[in-house]
Amino acid sequence: MSFQTDNKLIKWFDDRLPLVSVMHHTFVQHPYPRNLNFAYQFGSILGVMLTLQIVTGIVLAMHYTAHTSMAFDSVEHIMRDVNYGWLLRYMHANGASMFFIAVYLHMFRGLYYGSYKAPREMIWMIGVVILLVMMATGFMGYVLPWGQMSFWGATVITNLFSALPVVGDPIVTWLWGGFAVDNPTLNRFFSLHYLLPFVIFGLVFLHLVALHQKGSTNPLGIEIKGPADYISFHPYFTVKDFFGFAAFGVLFAVFVFWFPNYLGHPDNYIPADPLVTPAHIVPEWYFLPFYAILRSVPDKLLGVLAMFAAIGVLFILPWLDRSRVRSAAFRPQYKWFFWIFALDCIVLGYAGSQPAEGPMLVVSQIATFYYFFHFIFLMPVLGWFERPKPLPTSISEAVLAGKASTSAGENA
Amino acid sequence: MSAASHGGDGGERRDFLVITAGAFVGVGAVGLVWPFVDQMNPSADVLALSSTEVDISGIEPGQSVTISWRGKPVFVRRRTEAEIDAALAVDVDDLPDPQTDEERHKAGKAEWLVVLGICTHLGCVPLGYAGEYDGWFCPCHGSHYDTSGRIRKGPAPANLEVPEYEFLTDTQIKIG
Repeated sequence: MSFQTDNKLIKWFDDRLPLVSVMHHTFVQHPYPRNLNFAYQFGSILGVMLTLQIVTGIVLAMHYTAHTSMAFDSVEHIMRDVNYGWLLRYMHANGASMFFIAVYLHMFRGLYYGSYKAPREMIWMIGVVILLVMMATGFMGYVLPWGQMSFWGATVITNLFSALPVVGDPIVTWLWGGFAVDNPTLNRFFSLHYLLPFVIFGLVFLHLVALHQKGSTNPLGIEIKGPADYISFHPYFTVKDFFGFAAFGVLFAVFVFWFPNYLGHPDNYIPADPLVTPAHIVPEWYFLPFYAILRSVPDKLLGVLAMFAAIGVLFILPWLDRSRVRSAAFRPQYKWFFWIFALDCIVLGYAGSQPAEGPMLVVSQIATFYYFFHFIFLMPVLGWFERPKPLPTSISEAVLAGKASTSAGENA
Repeated sequence: MSAASHGGDGGERRDFLVITAGAFVGVGAVGLVWPFVDQMNPSADVLALSSTEVDISGIEPGQSVTISWRGKPVFVRRRTEAEIDAALAVDVDDLPDPQTDEERHKAGKAEWLVVLGICTHLGCVPLGYAGEYDGWFCPCHGSHYDTSGRIRKGPAPANLEVPEYEFLTDTQIKIG
């Protein structure tokens, strides 16, 4: 059933560079579980968002000036003078937020349906690396407008490395290219901010190669067993994904056109001043849970380590989870703990947005404890104590139960 | 061919060549990488801005000025008697980063306190005459410093740094 055509030109081309047959293989021949629901929507949305960020970013770079004396004004120049500059910048700035919304939902999907479990550990781990590079990219992008939040965000985040004993201070000086965040810092951040999306692009390619190797998971968490269990990507999931793009695009447009600054911070419209720190500095919303973890630990080094560990623990999640059942649909206890964990992440996000004092500090400490408790204690222990519900024998059997007259019902 | 005719010697000779060639390539690679790493360190013009002179004659007791040195704020604070007494009254052993007040100012110049205006936690600029000890308070993550610039409460691990400085005259200091 390999790719075949009568078109001589395509034959000639494909024989020398098999682009068409690889596409055909991916979208027509490769089996995708027939029961993928809308939680499986975000991968393709992320692909669209990455492309959009790269395209808007490249054109914004044509008008932006990476110099401390001109960066802020060049952003205002984009907003006021450049044709459609306001649209491009708002798309790019809100696009970053949309990117993180989609990636967090994509990850929660993975947590709910156990997508990280054997044999798909590499897909998950590459995904965690993508998240880290995304965070670095988002952080450096936020520095470029050179407002007060840009400057002080850059100062606080680069200072995280000063917590390391002995090598900390030389590393921070090296990152800055001086003795404070200044023009050399801005220049290198611009250079790296331009580079990293292409690194993400390469990582996404590896993510997809690994995905293709083992195939997609599905809401039932059982593998494809026969032809009745799968369908081709095109046209079934093309149509589904385009519906998802439209729905997500509406959300995106609402922010771009009606609330373009809702997710930003007004202090970033004040030019950077190295001598005055804003009274209340917060990172972008997508860093808030990690920021809360950082601040909940009273010791500087341990706080920094806890923050990095919050992502590091995701790397070893495939081995922490001892349950052999993938999908939370068949894990009665894990299902509850999953939602508690999701709530815990939201609490952490809220705590990160508030000043770290009084009762909010205690709340963030409890939420931080629970974050690690979930991964380090609950995930291994649940696997031993939980009694999962019986798994269906095949995807088609579960999906078609009660719909006997469907043509694909004669299970292979 | 000669390796075969010399039996075991040929193997050792090949091992030697592989190890030495590998070592040379390794040293060469590190040597080539270093310029790409070191280019990010402070450049000569940044290093050249390493000292600054300040006229302190206009500062009254109970007043503090902020000056910029190496792109960082430096607080020059003329302390009142009450502030100096408060700094001396502390039991040094109870401090997170034990230092006496005398170690933090020039001999005989107790009223002049010169510290880097950089919170030792994550680098924000603390606010003067604020916090529980009326020294400095960092709004970012809630660190309290006393009138000697020593950390008393909060996540910062160390006292506000005292930069290298000297009195050129009674009314002129040179920082750096």
